[in-house]
Amino acid sequence: MADFTNGFWNLWIIVLTVLGIAGCALLLWQQSSWKVKKGDQPVAGSTTGHVWDEDLTELNNPLPRWWMWLFYLTIFFSVGYLIAYPGLGNLPGTLGWHSTSEHDADVKQAEAKYGPLFDSYLKQDLKVVAADPQAHAIGERLFLTYCAQCHGSDARGNKGFPNLTDNDWLHGGTPEIIKETILKGRHGVMPPMAAAVGSAQDVDNVANYVLSLSGSAHDPIKAELGKPKFAACAACHGAGGVGNQTIGAPNLSDKIWLYGGSIDTIKETINKGRDNTMPAFGEFLGEPKVHVLAAYVWSLSNKPSNAAAK
Amino acid sequence: MNKAAMTPRQGKEGDPPPQADAQRDQGSKDGKDDYAVVRMYAAREQIYPREIQGRFASLRWLCVFLTQLVFYGLPWINWNGRQAVLFDLAARKFYLFGLVLWPQDFIWLAALLIICAFSLFLFTAIAGRVWCGYACPQTVYTEIFLWIERRIEGNRSARMRLDRQPWSFDKLWRKSAKHFAWASVALWTGISFVGYFSPIRDLLPEIGRFALGPWESFWIVFYAFATYGNAGWMREQVCKYMCPYARFQSAMFDRDSLVITYDDARGEPRMPVAKAARLKEGSKAGDCIDCTMCVQVCPTGIDIRQGLQYMCIGCAACVDACDSVMDKIDRPRGLIRYSTENAIEQGFSTPEIRRRLFRPRILIYTAILGTVISLFLGSLVVRTPLKLDVIRDRGSMGREVEDGIIENVYRLQVINTDERGHRYRISASGIEGLTVDPAGPIELAATQTLMVPVRVRAPHGAGESGSNKIHIELQAEDQPALHVSEKAVFLVPRR
Repeated sequence: MADFTNGFWNLWIIVLTVLGIAGCALLLWQQSSWKVKKGDQPVAGSTTGHVWDEDLTELNNPLPRWWMWLFYLTIFFSVGYLIAYPGLGNLPGTLGWHSTSEHDADVKQAEAKYGPLFDSYLKQDLKVVAADPQAHAIGERLFLTYCAQCHGSDARGNKGFPNLTDNDWLHGGTPEIIKETILKGRHGVMPPMAAAVGSAQDVDNVANYVLSLSGSAHDPIKAELGKPKFAACAACHGAGGVGNQTIGAPNLSDKIWLYGGSIDTIKETINKGRDNTMPAFGEFLGEPKVHVLAAYVWSLSNKPSNAAAK
Repeated sequence: MNKAAMTPRQGKEGDPPPQADAQRDQGSKDGKDDYAVVRMYAAREQIYPREIQGRFASLRWLCVFLTQLVFYGLPWINWNGRQAVLFDLAARKFYLFGLVLWPQDFIWLAALLIICAFSLFLFTAIAGRVWCGYACPQTVYTEIFLWIERRIEGNRSARMRLDRQPWSFDKLWRKSAKHFAWASVALWTGISFVGYFSPIRDLLPEIGRFALGPWESFWIVFYAFATYGNAGWMREQVCKYMCPYARFQSAMFDRDSLVITYDDARGEPRMPVAKAARLKEGSKAGDCIDCTMCVQVCPTGIDIRQGLQYMCIGCAACVDACDSVMDKIDRPRGLIRYSTENAIEQGFSTPEIRRRLFRPRILIYTAILGTVISLFLGSLVVRTPLKLDVIRDRGSMGREVEDGIIENVYRLQVINTDERGHRYRISASGIEGLTVDPAGPIELAATQTLMVPVRVRAPHGAGESGSNKIHIELQAEDQPALHVSEKAVFLVPRR
């Protein structure tokens, strides 16, 4: 990757670095001894003549010579470093080290370490994986890392994000479908239906009818008026509002609501529609991890011990 | 601040200025004799400390034995089926006998450093560089290395002779044997050091099989090299030029701190015993016979008779040397002794010196040190081997579920720092009728960490709209006293 847009700055850095190091070496060499007129040279053990705090003086003793060699050593080290590692402008260094390749190597190492474990799970049936306590623990960690932001740490969802611990599924709740959902993502769209339903009064009536489907509190007269208008909705949600998992249309006849079950929320849904996206994790996590994750999510609403018996 | 500690008194008249010749190169060969070259860096002059016996030398050897017994021995002690003292960096757990410290317990490490710092202040204010003279690793290892050197190369004069000699078989084998012995001690020191971080009983077989990890190898070699270099080659250079403590210790000194002093009034003028005996009535003879024993035994090569110097590490070798000489010439001991500047100047007696211990500086250091140590020990005793972090779910605020119950989701990071497994119950308090689901019990094995998502529920209408302060609590089933309570925020949606 080019750090600089033209070669000048690259060269500029190289020249500055080299001059800096050479300058330090020169200064050190040149200053390690100097000529003075005879009689002017300081005497060891004498003071610099610098007095402070009334009687505090500074001794004029030379530094030990090994100290100077340490300075030279740092210069030697810096030259060696710049040859081996990238540091001189864009020059890559003879060792070919790069932070990105180091990261890649780390990832590869982790994959080599944990890959076989995930691969062994991938070969097993999802329900078997769900019954494995170790896979469950791994799945929970994956869930807390990648899924909890939307679906909550307890997997019970939020407004607009489905609860994964009940048995109500938008696209189907078999482990295979859950896996597909995680791998490929989902896009749930409900178009704005106000125009198809009719007037604002009609929308109010339909909303009351929808509430009546699940036996929730509603206005029976309005619901009766709204019933014929529901025909516009039945195309997706079915005649009795039981939903359709093949197109992801929610079941309206239970008390589980994705956005909330109040009359105002339902009216808002009818008027404005809803657009809901579950991102695809397949490419990002890879199938082996998704496999474990799907088994975990399925197990949240299905006790794997029972499933094995079924 | 004690200024005398920074500036040595100048040498007596007639003394050659120290190192004067080493620093000056006279003239140059091409006839420009009007100029002299001044070197900014001086070569080290080898110091050949003479061996000395005496009270303080014995005390130092006792310290050498004690510190090395602890340093080399501690990694080999086992406790509860593991190494008693092990700083397991990879697992991030520090084992100290029954105590297991986690990264969260670093506050105690900070407290330990504070205790060490104030101890140093206190000891320095009372008795100067006692740490340097008796317990500092630099001193201790130099002492061991010097002992080896004496065993192989002989005493001071023999060593000086050997170094002046041209290379011979005798010199070669003595030097090789010395360096081999030094390197062996240094290597063992390096291995023991790494043994504090990586179980030492596994370390030795791994060395045998050449199966050490890169970091273990690096630190063994590094620490061994540092020991060999510092105790064998650098010696007093470390104390004089590298040690930061030598640079700031004068700030903790005052004129009532015990230091190693030469009693000028008693010692001067120096003269041999015979000359003193011939002296006329009324003229004064000092007790110092200028035998230079105090200079010969000094590991930093200074002359204590020039007064207090920062290069003096307070090892009291000169005290032992001078005492032995005074015994021989039948004069009272203590020409060079532990005393204070005030005592020397004003002729205090020992009780008077002792009374001056109770000065504000000492009392304040003691009070602070005592407080920190009691807090440190107290908090260690009452610490709970259970930790709880409460992380609110950011994705969901409070949500209303059936019957108007308000539910908040938390992730509990539970850390059982105990070396036994426990089962814990989870509860919450702060709002009337709070319940936790699941309330447990959750089971944690010894030193296990677990992330538990929980829902905390408040009944309909309870709590203020907005945020409420609650506490989430954990209690061990088998040990009710083992419980923690952690603050959390419970959100109730606005109605």
